[in-house]
Amino acid sequence: MAEASLLDVKGLEAWYGESHVLHGIDFDVRKGEVVTLIGRNGAGKTTTLRSLIGVVGKRRGACSYKGADLLKVAPHKVARLGIGYVPEERGIFSSLTVLENLLFPPAWQAGGMAVEEIYGLFPNLKGRDSTSGTRLSGGEQQMLAIGRILRTGADFILLDEPTEGIAPVIIEEIGAALRILKDRGMTIILVEQNLRFAASIADRHYVLDQGKVVDEISNNALDANMDRLNRYLGV
Amino acid sequence: MTDIFGVPIVVLLGQLLLGLINGSFYALLSLGLAIIFGMLNVINFAHGAFYMLGGFAAWLLLSALGIGYWETLIAAPLMVGALGAVVERLFLKRLYRVDHLYSLLLTFGIALMLEGLFRHVFGAAGKPYPIPPSLTGGINLGFMFLPMYRAWVIVASLAVCIATWLAIERTKLGAYLRAATENPGLVQAFGINVPFMLTATYAFCVGLAGFAGALAAPLYQVSPGMGPSVIIVVFAVVVIGGMGSIGGAIVTALALGIIEGLTKTFYPAASSIAVFVVMVLVILIRPSGLFSREA
Repeated sequence: MAEASLLDVKGLEAWYGESHVLHGIDFDVRKGEVVTLIGRNGAGKTTTLRSLIGVVGKRRGACSYKGADLLKVAPHKVARLGIGYVPEERGIFSSLTVLENLLFPPAWQAGGMAVEEIYGLFPNLKGRDSTSGTRLSGGEQQMLAIGRILRTGADFILLDEPTEGIAPVIIEEIGAALRILKDRGMTIILVEQNLRFAASIADRHYVLDQGKVVDEISNNALDANMDRLNRYLGV
Repeated sequence: MTDIFGVPIVVLLGQLLLGLINGSFYALLSLGLAIIFGMLNVINFAHGAFYMLGGFAAWLLLSALGIGYWETLIAAPLMVGALGAVVERLFLKRLYRVDHLYSLLLTFGIALMLEGLFRHVFGAAGKPYPIPPSLTGGINLGFMFLPMYRAWVIVASLAVCIATWLAIERTKLGAYLRAATENPGLVQAFGINVPFMLTATYAFCVGLAGFAGALAAPLYQVSPGMGPSVIIVVFAVVVIGGMGSIGGAIVTALALGIIEGLTKTFYPAASSIAVFVVMVLVILIRPSGLFSREA
């Protein structure tokens, strides 16, 4: 892919209160790519995503996206640029039903999926409209969290550990859905600890350690670099 | 004339009506207090002061500018709400990240300052506000005489309370508000301007207090002390109904108004503590409040 970057992050630093969490993150994502951020717990993967959408305290650096600097965009306007965020804790609202959760985020761009299409992608959600959102299983909540973003017309998705604590069967279904989204031209940043899952959809992997990007490995070169990768991840 | 436990039925009904009217004011005030607590996590001690401001706004609009009751009923809440928005933007929003106690102390301080200021400028004596000509007189119900203005107070406050409840429980905007109390960061990530929504919520709720103050002006006299005298009961209502429960606040407010009225009829000596006895019982039996979702 020789296309210019859709997202170009340079020297991104971030703080939670007094603690300095990101110490200069550099990476880029091209249109239509699936890029993962991998690394140990506490390496700064989640914080990187949260910095992009502006829910951390202080940030510094540059994140250019579609010609705008994300660090200068008000947090509530990031979604309007077509960025969809699926948080690690999934963020399903307990006071809303499945359908209400699905319809919750406003659609900011044209081209979002219809509810029926989303049910086609995640059949588990079908027929559960009036169930309270948090009564779904963890895997179904994950599907709902991804599904509600697809409705908004977002074409750039930030996915934080979609496989964490989820049954293998459901992981496969989520993987299949993400591959369909990728084929449709969706750009995805995937934070993942499950290397096998990451390798099944990603184009490139960035390795994070102690708030910095320490390596970049293309998915084709993954097998050849397994030793190096395992050293980073400390397995 | 029929008696119930030695009390003439006319007296009983009269006290019930008074109770219902007090309950209507409790409802308007505790509704706002419950929403502010539920959405902003702020225990708004300034609520009584905003109620007082509503009353003074009505009195000043009439005595200084000659603006009539119906215009005032719109203008007073808007003025009080605008002041609330300023308070939220300048002070309260800086305190969301720290302990509840800070916003409680801030709003308590604002209440003291506002009451002190108005006492200094206008004196402690009550200012009379005439009942609007279109609502004078009353209806003879056969068993009792119902003054028009009192009926209007009950109808108006119930309508406002129910509309507010519907807006929060049944509309998309309300869904945003409810979701923002669960996870404000995520609601913001979906493109919704949460800080603005919080300002608007605070402004709306203190605006409700201002509306109550304007509504109260013709019934009670407008005075700097009208806030403190009602706010303690209103806090009790919110505690009994369950902090943050909006429907609970409305139902509890009306019920307590009626309980107060009944106590006044049958055992007047206890009337001023009836609400608090109920509060103690509720805290003992169901500490999170009668209508709270968790229990």
